[in-house]
Amino acid sequence: MDLDSLYQEIILDHYKNPHHAGLREPFEGESRQVNPTCGDEITLRVHLGDGADGERQILDVSYAAEGCSISQAAASVMSDLVIGKPVDAAMSLHDEFVELMQARGHAEPDEDRLQDGIAFAGVAKFPARVKCALLAWMAWKDATSQAVGTDMTTRQEGVR
Amino acid sequence: MTGELRVERQPAVSDPAAATGVSGPGLDPEKVRADFPILSRRLADDRPLVYLDSANTSQKPRQVLDALAEHYEQHNANVGRALHQLGDESTSAYETARATVGALVGVSDPAEIVFTKNISEGLNLVANVLAWAKEPYAVGPGDEVVITEMEHHSNIVPWQLLTERTGATLRWFGLTDDGRLDLSNIDDLINERTKVVSVAWVSNMLGTINPVSEIARRAHDVGALMVVDAAQAVPQLHVDFTTLGADFVGFTGHKMVGPTGIGVLWGRRELLEELPPFLGGGSMIETVRMEGSTWAPPPAKYEAGTPPIAQAIGLAAAADYLSDLGMGNVAEHEHAITAYTLDRLAEIDGLTILGPTEAVDRGGAISFELDGVHPHDVSQVLDALGIAVRAGHHCAKPAHARFGVQASARASAYLYTTTDEIDALADGIRYVKKYFGVG
Repeated sequence: MDLDSLYQEIILDHYKNPHHAGLREPFEGESRQVNPTCGDEITLRVHLGDGADGERQILDVSYAAEGCSISQAAASVMSDLVIGKPVDAAMSLHDEFVELMQARGHAEPDEDRLQDGIAFAGVAKFPARVKCALLAWMAWKDATSQAVGTDMTTRQEGVR
Repeated sequence: MTGELRVERQPAVSDPAAATGVSGPGLDPEKVRADFPILSRRLADDRPLVYLDSANTSQKPRQVLDALAEHYEQHNANVGRALHQLGDESTSAYETARATVGALVGVSDPAEIVFTKNISEGLNLVANVLAWAKEPYAVGPGDEVVITEMEHHSNIVPWQLLTERTGATLRWFGLTDDGRLDLSNIDDLINERTKVVSVAWVSNMLGTINPVSEIARRAHDVGALMVVDAAQAVPQLHVDFTTLGADFVGFTGHKMVGPTGIGVLWGRRELLEELPPFLGGGSMIETVRMEGSTWAPPPAKYEAGTPPIAQAIGLAAAADYLSDLGMGNVAEHEHAITAYTLDRLAEIDGLTILGPTEAVDRGGAISFELDGVHPHDVSQVLDALGIAVRAGHHCAKPAHARFGVQASARASAYLYTTTDEIDALADGIRYVKKYFGVG
């Protein structure tokens, strides 16, 4: 069994030293996701703001997570990837990562786009662990949708 | 880290021979293993299977598999309604199964043995009929139901549903730091408002064997019903329901070398007669008119629809298998292998056992934490070595929360487990530590 394809050094590095961990203010969206089969949990916040070009941008992602190396590393890699990106671009990275996880190890991930995220290609060969890798992304997508919604409401209120 | 998994053997500090019963005259696990075809399976990389997840589900001996096949190949027909030879054979086998399974747990009246699909259904059955019952059994506003913090979700959620729906109050025993029930407030918890007390005989997570009879006495002193979750007890202890002091006891077939899809709820006959039915449908009626129906006597009253016939017959084969080995011998082996496992795990630095650390009033489920490695990762690496353990909350989230952890890894041995397998587990855990660089 190819254990090392699951536990890539990059994944273990992120697990031992997670980036952007901790819950921070301000935030416009927050999501709590639980994997009911194993009990992994994550609470994740998204803070949006205007980028230089006026596009809505992910200014911060903060989280408190409990779980295995795969789920912890996924939260770390994900936040590295999306912070500083416009919402739409980050959402397409989400889609790309989900696709990679569903490919059962047969996809050729794009390193330029997914960066450390390509280390998770091996996880896709272990169906029981795919959800671990996706938990943080699910939380991010949910929190971002909320933040975008709040954002719209605030902006509309501002117009009024 | 290399592609090849090299595990170093570390000889036991504890002496296998000191683990009496592990290879004593009572039960020879090597001989038992020959009955279980799956135990000779090879896994990925041609590794032998080391199955240490029996508290989750046990493996099945050839005798049980043959009984299932023989039923389907030779006798298959519906029960209690088909007036042909196959129907007779099937009905007779199904009802004989009831008696056989009853005998294993000391029950001589087969009418007290209700077949369910699993123990969850059995516990839900009791919780539901108590919501619909008349006095003195009815659970309603102001009444209290008492459980414990170490229950499996299947002995928590049905009581939460019952108390939420009826306006009753759910209370529970807490746990001591060493994983025992904290009975210091038993007189406060079980009081004149208590209608039901429901307790696990053996914890599926901590392994603790609870003083069920003592709790039952207190429950009966205040007129409450005593329900016992025996899912982990019946497979590994020599039990007699009639001297336990309980009113209902549930267990499940698949953890005691039987098939999945079959459980048992034992209830005192007068209770089964007095309480209302659970599910309505075929088989559970005496007569049906458009205006209303009357019920068949127990156990049929609680077995609506076509029951798990082959599974019941398979469970009887499992009961016969266990009786032939002798439940006393099974219990002795379980105790010895548990003691051996506790000793071997105690030798590993950074490993913490959740629950009693000595094999006193303790069943075979051993949950543990490993410093610096998450239980899922422990389990994943062990799996790569061919060692099957469970990782997660083991359907006992409150008990995990009590010990401040979200998940644990759990090794659980059974009648086919050898000390060699426990040695493989100990070596495997050391390999896990090395793999993740934690010592």
